[in-house]
Amino acid sequence: MTKVTMTVNGKTVSGEVEGRTLLSGFLREGLGLTGTHIGCDTSQCGACTVHVNGRAVKSCTVFALDVAGAEVKTIEGMANADGSLSVLQQAFQDCHGLQCGFCTPGMVMASAALLADNPTPSEAEVRHGLEGNLCRCTGYHNIVKAVLQASGQDITAIPA
Amino acid sequence: MYDFEFVKPASIADAVKALKEDGAQALSGGQTLIATMKQRLAAPGTLVSLTGIAEMKGVSAAGGQLTVGGATPHAVVAAEAKAAYPGLAALAGGIGDPMVRNRGTIGGSIANNDPAACYPSAVLASGATVVTDRRKIAADDYFQGLFTTALEEGEIVTQVIFPIPEKAAYVKFNQPASRFALTGVFVAKFASGVRVAVTGAGADGVFRWTEAEEALSKDFSPAAVDGLSVDPSGLMGDLHGTPEYRANLIKVLTKRAVAAA
Repeated sequence: MTKVTMTVNGKTVSGEVEGRTLLSGFLREGLGLTGTHIGCDTSQCGACTVHVNGRAVKSCTVFALDVAGAEVKTIEGMANADGSLSVLQQAFQDCHGLQCGFCTPGMVMASAALLADNPTPSEAEVRHGLEGNLCRCTGYHNIVKAVLQASGQDITAIPA
Repeated sequence: MYDFEFVKPASIADAVKALKEDGAQALSGGQTLIATMKQRLAAPGTLVSLTGIAEMKGVSAAGGQLTVGGATPHAVVAAEAKAAYPGLAALAGGIGDPMVRNRGTIGGSIANNDPAACYPSAVLASGATVVTDRRKIAADDYFQGLFTTALEEGEIVTQVIFPIPEKAAYVKFNQPASRFALTGVFVAKFASGVRVAVTGAGADGVFRWTEAEEALSKDFSPAAVDGLSVDPSGLMGDLHGTPEYRANLIKVLTKRAVAAA
């Protein structure tokens, strides 16, 4: 076991891990941050998406030791300081951008990274940017709508 | 996945030293290797991470060449090569998905040499030079078959140097589930002639379509390849596409790439 230290949602955390401990496992089992979901564990579905130094990654395909010292952000770090939902999370609620909710943490993290790179994406750009996230309920339409709403664009013309 | 010892050197010299240990294996972005280890198809005793080596990261253009550090993620190439070599930047921006592009690296991609990976086609069509910790290898000598390269045991790709073509484009026919290329074609036009490299189709991995190169060197237009056909023997066949289907795709995608260049 090796000691690993990193910053998660603004707090310095550390724990004992094996070489093979994945970032997803460290977050969930080491830190109890179970908002990061493990869907496929084969880097297909994107449910485990978190930010490492501001970039979206699939935490099931990154070793915890490889991101020692990094700034990690998970879904637990996305709400506003007063506990209210962030603009992006609120847009997911407003647009019903979730059905079973399993993919939602990854969708929110991937969408936040997408909007950081491209603050006013087109619908096609949102769909391209969310290519690495699967929704098993196939609720993509409202997810895309939520991201467009969060970007401040008018979504009234998009059919329900 | 079996456990292993994890080391993360900060220099190429230290990485090369660590890779001399028995059972040591280099780890770049890990977007293929970690999945392979989960399936226990690989079980290295030591993983030597290359992601902490600053001298292996970055994109720079000078003197008609674009140099990409071996540990540079695809997303960085997509953003930073845009001005100097837009065809290469577009290829990098279309690999996998955004999360894969933030981790996966050019060195990892070409060291693995997956027959359906995108980067080998750009390296081969550009006539790039693969720089390792010990030598320089011409692209034409580097790719040697399925998952096989000229790299020796413990040798790591530190840089790839691309001559910048006058015009270039990559067009792939996406395998929508894996987002690898069902077939992809990279066309690069230099003053000295045109090079065409095909990925996702060859039974021995990436290859050059020399007949198309000759035709396009005389006339760089999509119609120049109209009279050509690709022999399906030697092409891959699987449930996604027969060799004949891929042979047709090569021609169609070559025309599209010429039009897009």
